[in-house]
Amino acid sequence: MSTLLECKDLTKKYGHKTAIDHISLAIESGHIIGLLGPNGSGKTTLIKMINGLLTPTSGTLYLHEQPIGVESKKHISYLPDHTYLNMNQRVSEVIAFFKDFYEDFDEQRAYDMLEKLHIDPRDRLKSMSKGTKEKVQLILVMSRRADLYILDEPIAGVDPAARDYILNVILSNYEPEASILISTHLIADIENILDEVIFIQNGQVRLTSSVDDIRQNQGKSVDALFREVFRC
Amino acid sequence: MAWNLDSDRPIFLQIVERIQQDIISGKYSPGEKLPSVRDLAAEAAVNPNTMQKAFSELERTGLVYSVRTSGRYITEDNTMIEELKSSIAKEKIQEFLILMQNLGYKNEEILALMSQTMKGAEQ
Repeated sequence: MSTLLECKDLTKKYGHKTAIDHISLAIESGHIIGLLGPNGSGKTTLIKMINGLLTPTSGTLYLHEQPIGVESKKHISYLPDHTYLNMNQRVSEVIAFFKDFYEDFDEQRAYDMLEKLHIDPRDRLKSMSKGTKEKVQLILVMSRRADLYILDEPIAGVDPAARDYILNVILSNYEPEASILISTHLIADIENILDEVIFIQNGQVRLTSSVDDIRQNQGKSVDALFREVFRC
Repeated sequence: MAWNLDSDRPIFLQIVERIQQDIISGKYSPGEKLPSVRDLAAEAAVNPNTMQKAFSELERTGLVYSVRTSGRYITEDNTMIEELKSSIAKEKIQEFLILMQNLGYKNEEILALMSQTMKGAEQ
């Protein structure tokens, strides 16, 4: 397993407020990692820096040993916490747009997933429920053959039954050599699919561990540990 | 349908137990090919690396063997499967005995209760 993403001494300040405080971590290829932390802990800031949408105040970020930039965006498939799609478009039009935009986009895969989730490609995004829109966005992101998938709150708006299906979509559609970084508050729902978890708090890494090590050593689930560590 | 897994015990151990159970119950017959890591991980809704770890553990104990490039198969050694069955049975009986002792029953009483219950079930 090789190192896919590496950040060293990464810091991001918004004025006098420090959002990310000297974080160093590495992500290996072929892993599914949960990025977990309370509200305002810096998860989305970190994710945006990895995607090159925010510039670090100091420190370095490398994907495949290359600095984050135009090239890295080709290899990272990102599901943001807010949508950026044109709500007037039909799903089929968005798919055509993605196919045009990303060379690694697999159109067939997208249509297969839509069919399995009973979503009509002729529907316009604005006519869909919040949960269905989220499903469409996740399908778009998972239809790329990327090296790193970054999913910011992928299942927050969908019902528990559909969550199971979405996890299945994630598990069956990522490339074996690729890694997935998932940020979420719904830990109990996703912990079975994670290899490792990263707990962040106040912009610092609080803990990194494999899920089974936490269960083995602490005799409790990641969800229970999270509630304990971040008790209000 | 995702497998029903406890949230406080290592996932890979529970997968090992589940597959052992499926072998003993005959869901998988001796010599039968196991599904691929990825397929079974998707079915169980667990991480493929965790499934891989469970498979490695099953291979280590000899219950499953892998054939290069063709996949993993259930052992054809019926004695091994029988031995596993009786060792799990002993374990379960021990657990049951502890539960009953915690309720304040003595061994003779447990035995009497057991045969009474079994007779009831037969009728």
